[in-house]
Amino acid sequence: MSSQLFTSKHNTLARLTLLILVLGGAGFLGIMDMIHRSPYVRYTKVRREQPVPFSHKHHSNLGIDCRYCHTSVEVSGFANVPPTQTCMNCHNIMWNESPMLEPVRESWATGESLEWTRVHDLPDFVYFNHSIHVNKGIGCATCHGRVDQMPLMWKEKPLYMKWCLECHRDPAANVRPKDKIFDMAFDPASLSREEREQLVEEYGIDHADHRLTNCWICHR
Amino acid sequence: MSSEVKRDPDGQLPYISGHTLTSVSDKISEVTLRPMKNLPLIWYGGLALGVTLLQLLFLAIYMLVTRGTGIWGLNVPVAWGFAIINFVWWIGIGHAGTLISAILFLFKQDWRTSISRFAEAMTLFAVVCAGLFPLLHVGRPWLVYWLFPYPNTLGMWPQFRSPLLWDVFAVSTYATVSIMFWFTGLVPDLATMRAKAKDVWAKKLYHGLSLGWTGSARHWHRYEIAYLLLAGLSTPLVLSVHSIVSLDFAVSLEPGWHTTIFPPYFVAGAIFAGFAMVLTFMIPVRSIFGMKDLLTDRHLNNMAKVMLFSGLIVAYGYMMELFFGWYSASVFERFMVLNRLTGPYDVSYWMLIVCNVLVPQALWSYKVRTNPVLLFIICQFISVGMWLERFVIVVISLHRDFLDSSWAMYAGTKWDWAMYIGTMGLFLTLVFLFIRTLPFIAIFEMRELIHKDEHHHDDHSDEKH
Repeated sequence: MSSQLFTSKHNTLARLTLLILVLGGAGFLGIMDMIHRSPYVRYTKVRREQPVPFSHKHHSNLGIDCRYCHTSVEVSGFANVPPTQTCMNCHNIMWNESPMLEPVRESWATGESLEWTRVHDLPDFVYFNHSIHVNKGIGCATCHGRVDQMPLMWKEKPLYMKWCLECHRDPAANVRPKDKIFDMAFDPASLSREEREQLVEEYGIDHADHRLTNCWICHR
Repeated sequence: MSSEVKRDPDGQLPYISGHTLTSVSDKISEVTLRPMKNLPLIWYGGLALGVTLLQLLFLAIYMLVTRGTGIWGLNVPVAWGFAIINFVWWIGIGHAGTLISAILFLFKQDWRTSISRFAEAMTLFAVVCAGLFPLLHVGRPWLVYWLFPYPNTLGMWPQFRSPLLWDVFAVSTYATVSIMFWFTGLVPDLATMRAKAKDVWAKKLYHGLSLGWTGSARHWHRYEIAYLLLAGLSTPLVLSVHSIVSLDFAVSLEPGWHTTIFPPYFVAGAIFAGFAMVLTFMIPVRSIFGMKDLLTDRHLNNMAKVMLFSGLIVAYGYMMELFFGWYSASVFERFMVLNRLTGPYDVSYWMLIVCNVLVPQALWSYKVRTNPVLLFIICQFISVGMWLERFVIVVISLHRDFLDSSWAMYAGTKWDWAMYIGTMGLFLTLVFLFIRTLPFIAIFEMRELIHKDEHHHDDHSDEKH
């Protein structure tokens, strides 16, 4: 060989390139995974902008039951977002001059609905039914968190499929007595495993043969 | 020339003759190093054809991604159409390379030397073409990583019991090992090219790719071990990849698919198709670049014999499919056989029998096996026949199965054809670029052969032939 195009320092360069390729590849995949699981993608625990800064905390602490607004949660797949009428039941006599509630009064006057930002939005290919969960011993707080402590609504859980499946694989982990469904402070873990398994039996939650994790349970 | 050539003890002409160590290096590397204007017109023609058809592939992919898989002819009951036919066709073609480079290497078949590099490259290109089909068939190719088991937020793994997932592993392993094997074999030649290249950029390219190869005894020693290990690693892949592809069909309960003979029958078909494709390119290339002294008629003869043998296994497979249909005593299986022979797609079945069973019988004749023109024509029949075989298996089985109310006809749309012809363009482009940029015959292995040959003749120099 008459002339060398590369010198011995290129050996180091070559090895370094290999190292960077391996570490860079692994790092890229790791970062993609972290981004995918971050609140940036799922808005987990992110307070969302709303047309009116409605506080679940405030209204819940006044003693208003979830079902006063979410009327159909026990009988329908959809829990219901209340019409402006529900707000006006109280607010035509109290805080009826508050500038914060101006959009509500305007909606009342014009008949145009308020456009709330949906916080818990499942993809359209997922079938979810509130009533079956509420009637089989799953409390609001299990999925929605302590809504009674949220001044502005946020999503407590990321709603990953993995998270759905965890409960569908082991319903006894999260069931509670039926009188505690709307009790935000109740923790299913305060019951023993046996007691919860007893409840699963009592409610007739049939999860034999992976029945609750069958694809068509949620993807119909 | 041939009158002076010493023959092998069995009376055959040697695989290489009339060459010295230097002349063989010069001759092979010259194709890569000669100025562009000295390349034969037919090389330009081939590349132009390839690149033109490649545009069709780009168009077909663009249309597919923007419009969705609805532009293809797929529908229930024929939910698997051109995409899987072409996938199996291409992946089968890819089998000759590994067979030649790995199995024939382990069996110490000297004649593999001149064709191994070319066949391995064709394997890689065929796997690229094959991989495109499942990739695009998923409809949203940017989500194709869903096929791999990785920690995800679904809380689920892919279905490990499905042969379609095994396919993902089989094909990706095959591609990886084939690339490693091919590149490892290239390193000593890249060093030769590095020494011969005049152009600065070519020099830099070969210099970088040859990874600091000096040709020292230690390098050769390690090279030999690495190559042997990779050959060992590739050998089971020759058999496993197409076996697993065949399980995509055989594991299902579809009449015409649910047959135990599928794995060996598919592997034989793959080798059959692979050798046909290697010859399809080898025969013109050796004429264009005047390589008949390195790619001799004896090579053609050997390859034709492999084709004849694997073709007979395939013919046996066709016979057994008919037999199983009858022997199963199942009304659905028997109907499937009758539907193949006499149904609406009967022409494709009988054409398949002509192409894959009748025409290759000509290879029993030595004259046909060593006649490049006839051999080339037979190879075209085999390529068409192997495509028809997959069409028959996929479409005829699906279009009329258990539920008569769902019976329907299937035909590829213009976009199905555009995609298929487009991948041929991709293949042609890659092959012609390869011929120009890398030595398409392994230089150092040919030199080794000459070396061996000289010693062989020295040993027998006292004997009278």
